[in-house]
Amino acid sequence: MMEKSYIVKQISIFSENRPGRLAAIAGALRDAGINIFAFSIAEADGFGVVRALVDRPDDAYRTLTNLGFRVSFTDVIGVKMRDEPGGLSDIASILGDAGINIEYAYAYSGKDGAVLILRVDQVEDAIRQILARGGELLKASLSR
Amino acid sequence: MAPWNPRMEEIPLDELRRLQFKLVKSLIYRLYSFNDFYRRRMKDQEVHPDDIRTLEDVAKLPFMYKSDLRDGYPDRIFTAEQNELVRYHVSSGTTGKPTVVGYTERDIENWSESLARGFASCGLGRGDVMQVSYGYGLFTGGLGAHYGAERVGATVLPTSVGNTERQIELMQDLHVTAIACTPSYLLHMGEVAEKMGVSIKNDTDLRMGFLGAEPWSEQMRTRIEDWLGIRAYDIYGTSELSGPMFTECTEQQGIHIWGDLALVEIVDPATGEVLQPGEQGELTVTMLQKEALPMVRYRIGDLTVVEEGACACGRTHPRIGRIRGRVDDMLIIRGINVFPSQVEHALLEIPQVGRHFQIVVDRKGALDSMLVRVEVSEEAFSDKITDLMVIKRAVEHRLRGSLNVSVDVELVEPGTLPRFEGKSKKVVDRRSL
Repeated sequence: MMEKSYIVKQISIFSENRPGRLAAIAGALRDAGINIFAFSIAEADGFGVVRALVDRPDDAYRTLTNLGFRVSFTDVIGVKMRDEPGGLSDIASILGDAGINIEYAYAYSGKDGAVLILRVDQVEDAIRQILARGGELLKASLSR
Repeated sequence: MAPWNPRMEEIPLDELRRLQFKLVKSLIYRLYSFNDFYRRRMKDQEVHPDDIRTLEDVAKLPFMYKSDLRDGYPDRIFTAEQNELVRYHVSSGTTGKPTVVGYTERDIENWSESLARGFASCGLGRGDVMQVSYGYGLFTGGLGAHYGAERVGATVLPTSVGNTERQIELMQDLHVTAIACTPSYLLHMGEVAEKMGVSIKNDTDLRMGFLGAEPWSEQMRTRIEDWLGIRAYDIYGTSELSGPMFTECTEQQGIHIWGDLALVEIVDPATGEVLQPGEQGELTVTMLQKEALPMVRYRIGDLTVVEEGACACGRTHPRIGRIRGRVDDMLIIRGINVFPSQVEHALLEIPQVGRHFQIVVDRKGALDSMLVRVEVSEEAFSDKITDLMVIKRAVEHRLRGSLNVSVDVELVEPGTLPRFEGKSKKVVDRRSL
């Protein structure tokens, strides 16, 4: 059960791949006073998915859905990394050794250190493995 | 060029009209007496075969539509038994159900005769090699042109569509002199040939093309003739008539419609009233000698004009002009008929996408491309790109299966597709002919 407290709710937004779409999404979050901690864009043929960690995911979901965007929640985890050579390698090795596959990842490096955000195929297993090997995870309660 | 069947092709017009009247009269009596579908239709219209006293009285008969074939799927309005049929062809219908047409031995015979007259009027004959680059199979184009060319004594090279480089090699090696295909495919072949270092004009024996199954223009004809060094002739038909059936002659002044096989009328698409020669309207055809599936006053949906004067070539039968458009929203993509309603129907069976769509047709190089824009449904939206690509490919596969044409699918944001603005926005056609 403890693992649940480390599952972070990411919002994912479907977007057409054309000028102005990111501006429309970011502008809507700004107008709702929602802060973005981290985000990434995955692009494919003519469309993309904007993935973001925000301070109020439920409000962000409602705001964007009301504007007509296709939005979903995705369970991800945020792993703190040493902001120095080998930081990413440590985390990736833990998951690799445990046979856990990374579906996608993105990272940010801020004043409190670096964080790797991961979507994995077995999320609770990944949390257990990381904690067992001394890793540190973001608490889901960081975002309300 | 010398007529294939001079007695019939140069028959005086009044004699042709007498023959048409005799044929239509016996056809209507036969249908009324032996076929429930046609008798019911005539009774609903309160017309009896005895009411047909002149050729003009044909206008009293009820129309037939593509929907009659769909509603009678697969063979309920055939007028021959299965054991009398020698072939089926199948084309796409307006929705999920295809349209089946059947032929007796004599129907195939008349179809070949009709094309033989047309091909001969352009000078095709013994000693020619005709490459048939229409699709063979359920589509009528390949086999239709094939039988017509064999009939006039040409050697047929049945390449069907695709594998363009090999087609060009064979065209050179076997000294092909004539080709039957869509005009856009011939332009595509010209481009591919140039990339291979082959000039169709200088490096092949090609001298004529029978081009049809899609609309084209006089400008396109000039471009094809100048660039490829051939004479380009228009060929016309639909599966309901048999298939490709009528062509221009060397005068290139309209398509000769053999009046002993088909009676043409041009009607006002809105009122159904018969229009005068030279007035543009909807082409309506009665097949006078077909045994398996006669088609009486069949509204094809193509807009054109009919000309009744004898052609400079000496042939007396009526001619139709270029097809100038459609009365409905049917699209022709690489020679294949596509109705937006088919797309709508197919999407209803794919829960991962919404029911709204937009079709964008374009011509990339010489060939048509069709893009269908759809919205991902809420349930199916995943933030994994690979999942979305699976949906995109599944929709492409499904549409290809039901339209017989390859389609690109674009996933778009919800709410961005036209909702109720009518048909005009559902289809964007960027092609210029």
